[in-house]
Amino acid sequence: MDLLNPEVGTLIWMLIAAGIVFFILIKWGFPMITDMVDKRNEFIDKSLEAAKKANARLDGIQKECDELLKETRAQQARIIKEATDRRDEIIADAENRAKESGEKIISDAREQIRQEKEEALRSLRRQVAELSVQVAEKVVRKQLDSSDEQLSMIDRMIDDVKNGK
Amino acid sequence: MKRLLYILPLLLLCVLPVCAQESSEPVEEEAIDVKGIIFEHLKDSYHWHIITIGEKEVSLHLPVMLYSKVSGWHFFSSRNLEEDGSYDGFHIAQEGAFAGKLVEDMPDGTFRKPLDLSLTKVALGIIINSLLLCVIVLCTARWYKHHDETDNAPGGFVGLMEFVIAMIVDDVIKPSVGKEYKKYAPLLLTIFFFILLSNLMGLIPIFPAGANVTGNIAVTLFLALITFFTVNVFGNREYWKEILWPDVPIFLKIPPILPVIELVGIFTKPFALTVRLFANMTAGHSIILALTCMIFITAKMGPAIGTPMTAVSLLFMVFMNMLELLVAYIQAYVFTILSSIFIGLAHPEEHEHKEIEN
Repeated sequence: MDLLNPEVGTLIWMLIAAGIVFFILIKWGFPMITDMVDKRNEFIDKSLEAAKKANARLDGIQKECDELLKETRAQQARIIKEATDRRDEIIADAENRAKESGEKIISDAREQIRQEKEEALRSLRRQVAELSVQVAEKVVRKQLDSSDEQLSMIDRMIDDVKNGK
Repeated sequence: MKRLLYILPLLLLCVLPVCAQESSEPVEEEAIDVKGIIFEHLKDSYHWHIITIGEKEVSLHLPVMLYSKVSGWHFFSSRNLEEDGSYDGFHIAQEGAFAGKLVEDMPDGTFRKPLDLSLTKVALGIIINSLLLCVIVLCTARWYKHHDETDNAPGGFVGLMEFVIAMIVDDVIKPSVGKEYKKYAPLLLTIFFFILLSNLMGLIPIFPAGANVTGNIAVTLFLALITFFTVNVFGNREYWKEILWPDVPIFLKIPPILPVIELVGIFTKPFALTVRLFANMTAGHSIILALTCMIFITAKMGPAIGTPMTAVSLLFMVFMNMLELLVAYIQAYVFTILSSIFIGLAHPEEHEHKEIEN
């Protein structure tokens, strides 16, 4: 039964030895360890949070990049389309102008031709008239062999000329 | 299993020559005092027996310190007690309430117990364990002093300590104590590691380990008293109200039945803590010692019984030592979790109480 009797001496030794050690460990031993473990846990939590945020940002950047690329593609397409349109326009314009100027040249040419034709016609007529005059002269000369007739003729002609003028 | 088949005959071979030798010699008929051996190991003593080489006993003689109301202080080495167990008017009582303790001889033939402050085996064990605990924990803490939270987690021994500490804090202290767990965590951790270390040291049979510290009821009583004072000194108003004026029908309070039960409960809690740890460690040590004794008892009966029984005893001892390793941890764990729960119970929250009222 003496196993069950707590010995005063042992209690006192326990109070001294364990008491001092308990005091030291409670004051300087365990708080340092538990504090650091807590701090590290906090740090890990924070790091995870930061990593998550960074990941989210990275995702955002990726999306932004994609969007930018898409926009650029659209712009490129638009520019190309505009360029094509412009090209077509220029070509059409050039064609129009070419046509216009061609037409003008043609019409000018036509006008000239017409004028020249008229000129030609006129000179032709003059020549025909001269010719016919000459023919008529000749004819008249032949017929006016007789002097009377010649005189009358001359008179008539003079009259004609007089009247004609 | 196959390997066991090789090992068993080898074990038997080791034992056989000894048995054969013993049986060939004229056997001294000296019964083995199993109870005496077990109690000698379990109980405190004034010297620390380390080993017996042949006839020569090697033991550590510890200082004896006594205070007697009659003759004042006495200091002497326990070497003086070796011959007949008496010195300077004191002798070691053989029986009675003080068996194994030094008592003072009175002139009238009776004897009385002095205040015994001797540095006994258990006391030295407490000091060794305390110092070891101090070194272990402060070395671990030193690592944390030289690192900050951005460094990698520690490995090796410090990592193991951190793992155990984090486990005890997160799984035992935090859920049991509740909100104010940070205030009590260092105390509870110290209790846990002191018990664990003492239990493990008790399992190692050779000096400087081997003192039966946690199997001594004074030690477990001291640990329980720490819990007792922590609970009752730091218990809040609500805790005392629930003890002295609980929310029960008035007839349970006016002859104060329930308050009395609650007050008794205050003292049974540390008592249960004391006895549980003490009994568990004592039982474990007793079983291992009994199994060890069985080898010597059966060896006396001759090789036919002794050999197989030795093998069986060895197997059981290995098994029991494994079990004791587990018990060493479990008892430290249980003591800590119960202390945590008692501390947690001493901090009831007021609003919980009102909810029940409504």
